[in-house]
Amino acid sequence: MGMLVNFRDWIDARFPLTKMWEEHLSKYYAPKNFNFWYFFGSLALLVLVLQIITGIFLTMNYKPDATQAFASVEYIMRDVDWGWLIRYMHSTGASAFFIVVYLHMFRGLLYGSYKGPRELLWIFGMMIYLALMAEAFFGYLLPWGQMSYWGAQVIISLFGAIPVIGDDLSLWIRGDFVISDVTLNRFFALHVIAVPFVLAILVVVHILALHEVGSNNPDGIEIKKNKDENGIPKDGIPFHPYYSVKDIVGVVVFLMFFSFVMFFVPEGGGYFLESPNFEPADPLKTPEHIAPVWYFTPYYAMLRAVTIDIGPLSAKFLGVIVMGAAVVILFFLPWLDRSPVKSIRYRGPICKTMLALFVVAFITLGWLGTQPPTDTKTMMAQIGTAVYFAFFLLMPIYTKIDSTKPVPDRVTG
Amino acid sequence: MKKYLLSVLLLVSPVIALASGGGVHLDRANIDPTNKESLQRGARTFVNYCMGCHSAKYERYNRLGRDLGISDDDIIQNLMFTGEKIGDQMDISMTREMGKKWFGAAPPDLTLVARVRGIDWLYTYLRTFYQDDSRPFGVNNQVFNNVGMPNVLWQLQGTQKAVYETVVDDEGHEHQVLEGLELEKAGSQTPAEFDRTVRDLVNFLAYMGEPIKQQRQSLGIKVLLFLLVFFIFAYLLKKEYWKDVH
Repeated sequence: MGMLVNFRDWIDARFPLTKMWEEHLSKYYAPKNFNFWYFFGSLALLVLVLQIITGIFLTMNYKPDATQAFASVEYIMRDVDWGWLIRYMHSTGASAFFIVVYLHMFRGLLYGSYKGPRELLWIFGMMIYLALMAEAFFGYLLPWGQMSYWGAQVIISLFGAIPVIGDDLSLWIRGDFVISDVTLNRFFALHVIAVPFVLAILVVVHILALHEVGSNNPDGIEIKKNKDENGIPKDGIPFHPYYSVKDIVGVVVFLMFFSFVMFFVPEGGGYFLESPNFEPADPLKTPEHIAPVWYFTPYYAMLRAVTIDIGPLSAKFLGVIVMGAAVVILFFLPWLDRSPVKSIRYRGPICKTMLALFVVAFITLGWLGTQPPTDTKTMMAQIGTAVYFAFFLLMPIYTKIDSTKPVPDRVTG
Repeated sequence: MKKYLLSVLLLVSPVIALASGGGVHLDRANIDPTNKESLQRGARTFVNYCMGCHSAKYERYNRLGRDLGISDDDIIQNLMFTGEKIGDQMDISMTREMGKKWFGAAPPDLTLVARVRGIDWLYTYLRTFYQDDSRPFGVNNQVFNNVGMPNVLWQLQGTQKAVYETVVDDEGHEHQVLEGLELEKAGSQTPAEFDRTVRDLVNFLAYMGEPIKQQRQSLGIKVLLFLLVFFIFAYLLKKEYWKDVH
């Protein structure tokens, strides 16, 4: 024991090991009233680690070459020892990542976690979300199936809708006139090096920002306003061991759901692995129905909801603008919300109704994005898009006029 | 809060119900992936009737033998005809270019076809060829209209003819709509025997699409049981620590 203590002291004299341990774990005070919604942050970190590790093993046998990519994935599924497990973990992990991140973001909406002083925390989180979308998009091309190919074709062609520079821009992204080996190679580089690197840095920054301002909680009150004589928040408990042991429970439950999908329904009903993607990419054969993977479909539905040209601007270009705006507007959330309270618990009926409508609109748009368009469905998508934007654009008004309930001084459990 | 979640769920539920909508009518394949004999019969049908034009180039002969309980000797004698090695992949000598020239579209590799089309589709497709003199091979198909493939199983099945129904649409035009198929000339198998042949073949195709399926399911049960035990300990540990949080 004495030797271990001496070793620790030796390190501490040269590297802030104990200091970091205390700052981020054993003396990081988190509110004691975290509920169900607070599991998803640690789960997102878990999935990130899972994706990086499984990804490393996949690259050992995957071939980023248009003539070999598809076969190399089947090689992993059949000939590599436990390759199928690694591959399914990675493909299930991709969807799990978005499920967890969407729930994590919804928690932010519920309890006003984006409001001051956590604006930067929210923005770093949004940057993670953007990087994650890029990561998923690049990764989806790699199996070189029909949906990989045509999904990427559709998304890259969106850049072509930008006036004047569009064609050159999409040519620059593809590196070729069609999606080809060149595109596959650069997407591979971006998927395995560039974006994961950015993601890892952003996650560190996100956690540093969190530990600087402290965690919000379901009551939306600042625990740092009530400290005891030692300067410790009265409603705070050290992250380790309290939340580390609690998060283990969350991890186990999450792994149960994850394992169920991975071992029993790895295709996720055709949403996690789309059936046309079991057919190798064929540039001469367009699939009957091209739909992006489920986590992009809400935005895809918004893109298709725009059906009219305005002057020289094509409907497709306007759709791209709407789609982009739908993501960008999330960055401004901290300044759109004018409510004096953070948590939904102390907000009035308008805020609650708007949030409920927003959730319904987002899920409906997600479903519409997987469907071939019809007149009714396009109209539904237009309504959904209107609700989505109304939630944000009207927010400065309805959050201000809505009634609030008195916020307690201390957390309520 | 709970009430809000519930109401959101209620509002979304019609969407979920809509999402599980129809398509063309398909007969249920009802395969039994644990039935080794069925899989072996399916492999024989596949090699004899499909591999003339279709490859299964991601599957290896000895892998097939290992998974289906066939010895290497039996594989070499019964399923391999052109001097391949036992560890080779089930490829064919016909190139895509030749296939395209002869059939209009290159016959696809079938290793993963069950994952692309689904087993019910395959089961229905293989049983619903019917005589149609307007087509190059004299047959058409009920679920894959104007397909380029001939009915390779006709000696077993016999030939079927289409039964049409006259339907009058809203504007008063008459249309001939395909109502069903009936056996015109019997083949070497009875309809029930032929259904079994196709079911075995589809069973084999489903196996080939994902050879590790049984393995993943049995491993999955063990993993879930482990997690369940782990959950109990994790939960008790959490409870113990949180005793002093009030």
